[in-house]
Amino acid sequence: MAGELLLLRNAQPARLADVPLLSIPLFRTAILDAVWNEWRVSTLFGREADGHVELVVVMANDGAGQLGIARTRLAGDEFLSLTPECPQLHLFEREIAEQYGIRMTGHPWMKRVRFQQPLRLGASVFEGAPVAGVTDFFRVEGEEVHEVAVGPVHAGVIEPGHFRFQCHGERVFHLEIALGYQHRGLERALIGGPQKKTPYYLETVAGDTTIGHMLAYCHAVEGLSGARVPARAQALRGIALELERLANHTGDLGALSGDVAFLPTASYCGRIRGDYLNLSAELCGSRFGRGLLRPGGVLFNLTDDRIATLIERLDNATRDAVESIALLWSTPTVTERFENTGVIEPELAEEIGMVGVAARACGRAIDVRHDFPTGVYRFANVPVMTAHYGDVNSRASVRWLELERSADFVREQLQALPATPVRATVPPLAADTLVASLTEGWRGEICHVAITGSDGTLSRYKITDPSFHNWFGLALALRDGEISDFPLCNKSFNLSYCGHDL
Amino acid sequence: MLKTLLTRARQGHRTIKYPDAAPPAMPAHFRGAPRIDASRCPDGCRECADACPTNAITISQRPTDSVLSTQYSALVSLDLGRCIFCPECENACPEEAIAFSDDYRLATRTRGDLVAGSAAHLELAAALDDKLRRLFGRSLKLRVVSAGDCNACAADVNVLSTIGWDIGRFGIQYVASPRHADGLVVMGPVTENMRLALKKTWEAISDPKIVIAVGACAISGGIYAGHPEQHDGAAGTVPVDMFIPGCPPHPLTILDGLLRLLGRIEDGTRA
Repeated sequence: MAGELLLLRNAQPARLADVPLLSIPLFRTAILDAVWNEWRVSTLFGREADGHVELVVVMANDGAGQLGIARTRLAGDEFLSLTPECPQLHLFEREIAEQYGIRMTGHPWMKRVRFQQPLRLGASVFEGAPVAGVTDFFRVEGEEVHEVAVGPVHAGVIEPGHFRFQCHGERVFHLEIALGYQHRGLERALIGGPQKKTPYYLETVAGDTTIGHMLAYCHAVEGLSGARVPARAQALRGIALELERLANHTGDLGALSGDVAFLPTASYCGRIRGDYLNLSAELCGSRFGRGLLRPGGVLFNLTDDRIATLIERLDNATRDAVESIALLWSTPTVTERFENTGVIEPELAEEIGMVGVAARACGRAIDVRHDFPTGVYRFANVPVMTAHYGDVNSRASVRWLELERSADFVREQLQALPATPVRATVPPLAADTLVASLTEGWRGEICHVAITGSDGTLSRYKITDPSFHNWFGLALALRDGEISDFPLCNKSFNLSYCGHDL
Repeated sequence: MLKTLLTRARQGHRTIKYPDAAPPAMPAHFRGAPRIDASRCPDGCRECADACPTNAITISQRPTDSVLSTQYSALVSLDLGRCIFCPECENACPEEAIAFSDDYRLATRTRGDLVAGSAAHLELAAALDDKLRRLFGRSLKLRVVSAGDCNACAADVNVLSTIGWDIGRFGIQYVASPRHADGLVVMGPVTENMRLALKKTWEAISDPKIVIAVGACAISGGIYAGHPEQHDGAAGTVPVDMFIPGCPPHPLTILDGLLRLLGRIEDGTRA
């Protein structure tokens, strides 16, 4: 069990030479064995090494707080797909096919992921140039079966994506989601860094998760360089991460309320979300936490004289949020729409590798802050909140429960900020080293893997947003549901398009 | 029901009074319009320009003639269309010659107006012409398209329709179809994968129509400028009538721009 994997803690670096280079059959067995023994895949990606394509896997054992890493080198351009035996790999394998031109033999649904140019020059397993959205979609044929196509431009102020529903009347047989419209060439641009643009790329992986992705990046760089972050900076980072969670959870609960036409909570939460964003702005001037986190610490200190005001504003916002959101649970027209809508069974959530709020709503007690704690979370425990029905109601109530825990956390941290500096110097990155860094963003697990070359620059930087794991969950949540439930289901996942498209 | 009413009473009226009263206070480290005092620049110093992640700062030498000789002084110009309002230049400057103010007013009608020289004289957005103001002045319906934006611009465009800001007060509304729209709001650098959809959305809006580019990405490509996966902003695909800088712009910056365009705020230029 997991014997072939190199075991590491979160953000613990390892020399590349120490990461086991397994034969392809052994690599496959290592992954499958681990998945059968309670591990899950955090990320699987390709990289180029000595003219070959190498696959690197990062597995997570939530109970043990261990990451397991291994790699394999492909002799040719082919790999026997693991997806039939391990469905949670389906999108990772499609991504490797698109980025590195590897033919995934036996993959049941091999298509482009982002309609991007390959990272490995000239390598493509797909015919023709990529054109966003132009691809074969799964179709259901038959009398009275019809197809509904939505997007890329949607009706609201929202990022673009294309949704293809196979419907029988109101009933959805199947939903397929085609993304890639937001592809900005992020991973390609990170190679060769860190450069002066690098932190800004990381802050905009998903702009609503600026802190979450930046924190993963900071931990990765600090792991590679051995920088030691002062305690006050760690606390401020935790505060920023939880404020981001508070703002987004509040916004999501308001939006869910709006989607079932219960306007009081929708209106109040729209404003209260802003109150939390404005608290982030008090830390660094930006409502999204831009410019706050940098490797080595934070760029802005919070002076002690401002703490009392911040706590007061936090408490006011949280009191308003709790009161507004509580209305949802005592309004039958709301609960009637939330319950049993968009159900994901726990076994399915595990099988397809769902993470974050959506997984916890299915009873999966996984949370990076608890299972793989780094930074301030090693000292301050945030309880893991779960619900058990995997429906819209469960996804809403996980947010509601987490909101209160996050507010408590922020208050406690503000009351006891350590009196240390807020930034340490960052030594150069170790050469030929790998580090996997996980953080729990408000959507779920963010996984960054940084690999340096012999010159100490980034030769590969892999970003896996929680949305990458969860989009397929949304598609499955719609099965046998009504197409009119789509906006509600979509909002209950609220996944990132740009975080997926990179 | 009673609880709902009670909560309604407790939550009260929360829409900002602006523009009839003063705008809400900006946060402590807010980075608004930059102020540059090139007279403080040491000879040959390029710290700010070198630190800038989007190469928004250019430094040239300007001759200042005196009777005896020709001397040179620095001419610093900052392109607000590229600026992502990060703290790098401010932190890099050894002489505090460059600093961000709390002035949130940034929207302009032309791309050229965004290049602020040492004089920091910014030609803020002028109102639409009389004909368009008659059409849109009391009812402006906007279609919002994200074309590679990171969802931060989208969030702060969207927030204007919440009760805290309530742009409905000014007859401005985001609509669900280009057929209902008078104009287009574009966010993001315009990815190759969204270019066609953006163009089609614009074509589906009936004339006369306006286009507003929100955020550094939509104006210049932002930090993604130069990537082959995108098109350095909206102007290469659709004609832009107003530019609102920021990364992302503060909601007040966006609101200020919209109100200027409709002629509801008219205090000309900023000194």
